[in-house]
Parts: sequence; C-alpha cells; structure tokens
Amino acid sequence: MAKRIEAVNVSAYYGAFRAIDNISMTIEPKSVTALIGPSGCGKSTFLRSINRMHEVLPGAKVEGQLLIDGQNIYDRDIDVTAVRRTIGMVFQRPNPFPTMSIYDNVVAGLRLNGVRKKSLLDAACEKALRGANLWNEVKDRLNRPGAGLSGGQQQRLCIARAIAVEPQVVLMDEPCSALDPISTLAIEDLIAELKNEYTIVIVTHNMQQAARVSDRTGFFSIDKTGEPGRLIEYDDTAKIFTNPSVKRTEDYITGRFG
Amino acid sequence: MSQQSLTTTPASPSGAGGGGALPRGSRFGAERAFRILATAAGSTVLVIIVAIAAFLIAKAIPSLRADSENFLTFKDWFANESPPTFGIAALAFGTVVTSALALIMAVPVALGIALCLTHYAHRRVASTLGFFIDLLAAVPSVVFGLWGRDYFRGPVSDLSTFLHDNFGWIPIFGSKGPYGASILLGSIVLAIMVLPIVTSLSREVFLQTPKHNEEAALALGATRWEMIRTAVLPYGKPGIIAAVMLGLGRALGETIALALTLGAVYNVSFDLLGISGNTIAANIALKFAEANPTGRSALIASGLVLFAITLVVNVTARAIVYRRREFLGGAA
Repeated sequence: MAKRIEAVNVSAYYGAFRAIDNISMTIEPKSVTALIGPSGCGKSTFLRSINRMHEVLPGAKVEGQLLIDGQNIYDRDIDVTAVRRTIGMVFQRPNPFPTMSIYDNVVAGLRLNGVRKKSLLDAACEKALRGANLWNEVKDRLNRPGAGLSGGQQQRLCIARAIAVEPQVVLMDEPCSALDPISTLAIEDLIAELKNEYTIVIVTHNMQQAARVSDRTGFFSIDKTGEPGRLIEYDDTAKIFTNPSVKRTEDYITGRFG
Repeated sequence: MSQQSLTTTPASPSGAGGGGALPRGSRFGAERAFRILATAAGSTVLVIIVAIAAFLIAKAIPSLRADSENFLTFKDWFANESPPTFGIAALAFGTVVTSALALIMAVPVALGIALCLTHYAHRRVASTLGFFIDLLAAVPSVVFGLWGRDYFRGPVSDLSTFLHDNFGWIPIFGSKGPYGASILLGSIVLAIMVLPIVTSLSREVFLQTPKHNEEAALALGATRWEMIRTAVLPYGKPGIIAAVMLGLGRALGETIALALTLGAVYNVSFDLLGISGNTIAANIALKFAEANPTGRSALIASGLVLFAITLVVNVTARAIVYRRREFLGGAA
C-alpha cells in the first residue's frame, strides 16, 4: 500500500522562473516526511511536483526524475491521471466539491475510476470516512452538502476523499493552516494513524507540528527573493530539531531566521 | 512607548481617535443619501414591471371583449374584421417552438465554445475568439433576418430536402415541400442570434469556478473533461441556467428576424420543414401598421401573453435554482 519516493535532481519552473533547484531526496514508505522552510522556498512546489500537479498551472514545468518504486512518473508514456490516482493530495484550504453531498464527495474519485456499484461505493465511503475519523460525526447525514461541515470536518472529508481511492502516497500541503487548534489536533492524530498504510509527505509552516507528526524532516530555503529554493538539510526529525548539521537549519528552527 | 508619553499626548482636535467626546453622526449624511438612492433605483424595476403589466391589461381588454372567438384556443388572426376573430394559439405555439428549437441548437454549441475558451484554448486564441463572439452579439437582428431570408434560405431548403429524404418517417420532417420560410429556417437564424449571449455569459460563469475545486478534481486523477464534469459544470449550473434564460428571453422577444424568416402562417403544426410558423412578436411587427383600434388592442393582448410566457419561464428557472440552493456553495 505504500511506495518509496525518490527525487533525483528535480527542478521546477514557473515560466522562466526557477522555483526549486536540483532537489534530491528519498522518502521511505509508511513514514511521515515533513517539509519545512520559509515562505517562497519551494516546498509546496516540490510537493506538487510529486504528483504532477505543478504542471497544471500555465507555463509551469518540471525537470529531473521522480521515481515511485523505481518508475519515473515524468516518463513520456506515463498516464498522468494514473499518477495522481496513486498519489493523492490534500490541499491547504479544505476544498470539498460544493455541489456534492458528503457521500458524493468521498466517492468522487471512485466514480472517476468507473466504479458504479452501489454496494462497493457504500463500503468504500464508510471505510474512507472511518479512516479519516469522520464517520461518527457524519454517518447520519451523508446526503447533506459537504460544504456545510465545519472547516476541520471539511478537511477530514478531503482526506477521506483522497484515501477513498486507496492511493500509495498522500501529499498534504499545509493541511492545518486554515484550522483551529482542536481540528489541527484531530488531523495530526489522523496522520499518525494513516502512516501505518500510506507514505505521507506534509508541508507545514508549523515547526511544532513537523516535530510532532513526522519521522523525517526536510528543510528548504532560499538565498534571497528571486533565487530558487533548495533542500538545505534532510534528516531524522529528532536530529533536525535537536542537533541539525547545518547552521542555517539551526537558525531557522530556533527562530533566528525566517 | 512609555506611560508618560501616552498621557501627555494631546487629544486630536478633530475628534478622530484619541480623547474627547465621540463625534455625532450626521442624520442626513452621504451614507443615508446613498441608501435612499440605491433603494429608489431598486424599486424602479418593480414600478416599471407593474406599469407595463397594467398598460398591457388595460389596452388588451377592449379587444378581448370584442373577440367573437376563444382568444386562447383560436388559431387565426382577423382582428381588423367586424366582428373581429382572433386567437393566440398558433402564435404562442410558434413562439415557444421556435425558441425551444433555437435553444436546443444553440445551448450545446454555446457551452462547448465557452468551455473551449475557458479550459482548452490557449489564452491568446481564447481572447481573439471571445472578441468575435461578442462582435456577433452586436449584429442588428434585421441583418440576421435579411441574411436568413435572402441567402440562408437556399442551404436550409437543401437541408430540408436531405432531412425529408432520409428521415421523412419522423413526422417533424414529413413535409414534401415546397421548402423555404419554415420553422427550421427561423429557429436556425434565431439559434445563431442567441449563441453569443449564452456563450459570453457561460464563459463568465465557467471562469468563476474556484481553482481549488478544479485542482481537487485533477488531484483525484480526473482527466480535463472529467474535471469539467465534476467541478466546473455542477458549480456553474445556476449560472448556466441564468445564461440560457437570458438567451430564451431574447429568443421569445425576437421580432424582425423571425418576421423575415418564418412563413407567417397561423397554424399549430410540428412540421419543421414546410412553409409555416409565426410568433407573437413577429406578428405584432407585421400587423401593427395596418391595424385598426381593435386590431391594435388585439396585438397588445398578444403582447400580454408573451409577457406571461416570459414570466412563467423565469419563475420556473428560479425555482430550479432555488431547489438546489444548499448544494450551490454560494454560487446561487
């Protein structure tokens, strides 16, 4: 259920602007990897290049190799929709489909894959909502609009929608930045459970969060505005937060910079 | 800043911030004036609608009293005779059928163009194409009418022959000819006229789709078309309905183009190919000049019916949008 991600010299561009430069890192299966760093350092761009969502923006492109269990997702004959089904994503702002019920939101990905049988959809819906710790709160109102839930519930709904298609990897782009502390805690508990089945990569601005939820942490930074973001240090979370090898990492996590 | 300097800062003389009594609000200030202006502008709409309805009803009553046939079911229009005999059946039927056909032809094409402009075409191509669409909307309807009558009739006659030869077993294509000023010609011309309105409005609607919903669909592994089906179309539904309704409004009220392209025949028939068809607005344009007082009053009565049809159509559309409001996420 979980796959290893290897980035080899990944650079990403917005038009002519190079947003990240030569990122190489290996992300182990069934682990939580946090990407931290100041705003504009390219951590979200890198995250979006892992499931080929970066190229959705006009003029954006990616260079280098990104291997999922040894297979380069940027190979020419790769089906990009299959990549995104294998590597799910949760966004910064909860974004359930506003026109759909809770149920329809959860099974949207399965329906896109051609699953039509009611019994299969029902089972997958319950499994995903239980997996996202949302089942008990919404089981009696599955046909209500998804947009009517609270922010934290909406974000868990989005997580349920992402895991309903049983991806190998779940990418999270600052999933708690729009949520209150209690909802944040619920999501963090969920991340700890999800890592038993999925490879998780999470971008966060919150260093305590990175320290709490992740096994390994990558620190991204830029030299100055207009320069591409680089991976400064990548190591076990405990080491990054207690004894980083690079001075810049230490400056950042102790608050002297960024 | 120390406590000392805070206490010694003098209160600003204007009373904005700082100490001193709060300034009094002006009872007749700009805020109040603007509210009155805005309310007045808003109520103008209601006043105009009520005034039009009252005018139509008042002017229609004399002829409806004089009509010696049933106004709602009689098909022919001899309002200048004495006794006058006229009825709305054929005209109302023709109005609804030509408009419906025009929409059936125009809406899928318009939505296709709008989706192409917003989600497929390169930005520069899209803005050029959008410009031409808007230009099409600016062509006066009499030009469409003359073009339809003088040039487009030939191709449509050929199309009619083709449809009859191959699909003649379908009653709507049953006519053996002669072909020419038919419901088919009128509704195709009308479709071309409605197309730019529906296109520009639905283009605006599709541009409103939140990017984060489109990304959500793509991240689930949707192709572009699946993304449009999952995120763009459902979100834009109220807007699309509104666009179609405005298109229908134009179609129902279109006068001169249909006066020039339809057969001006008072009949109720689903035959699309033969010389046939008339609408309320086209009939008013054709008959008004030669009408006597009763005839004019009768034409106004037909206008009242058109007004009512438009009202029913709009209320229905509103009801459709309202019924799904919980799922429209602020788009309604």
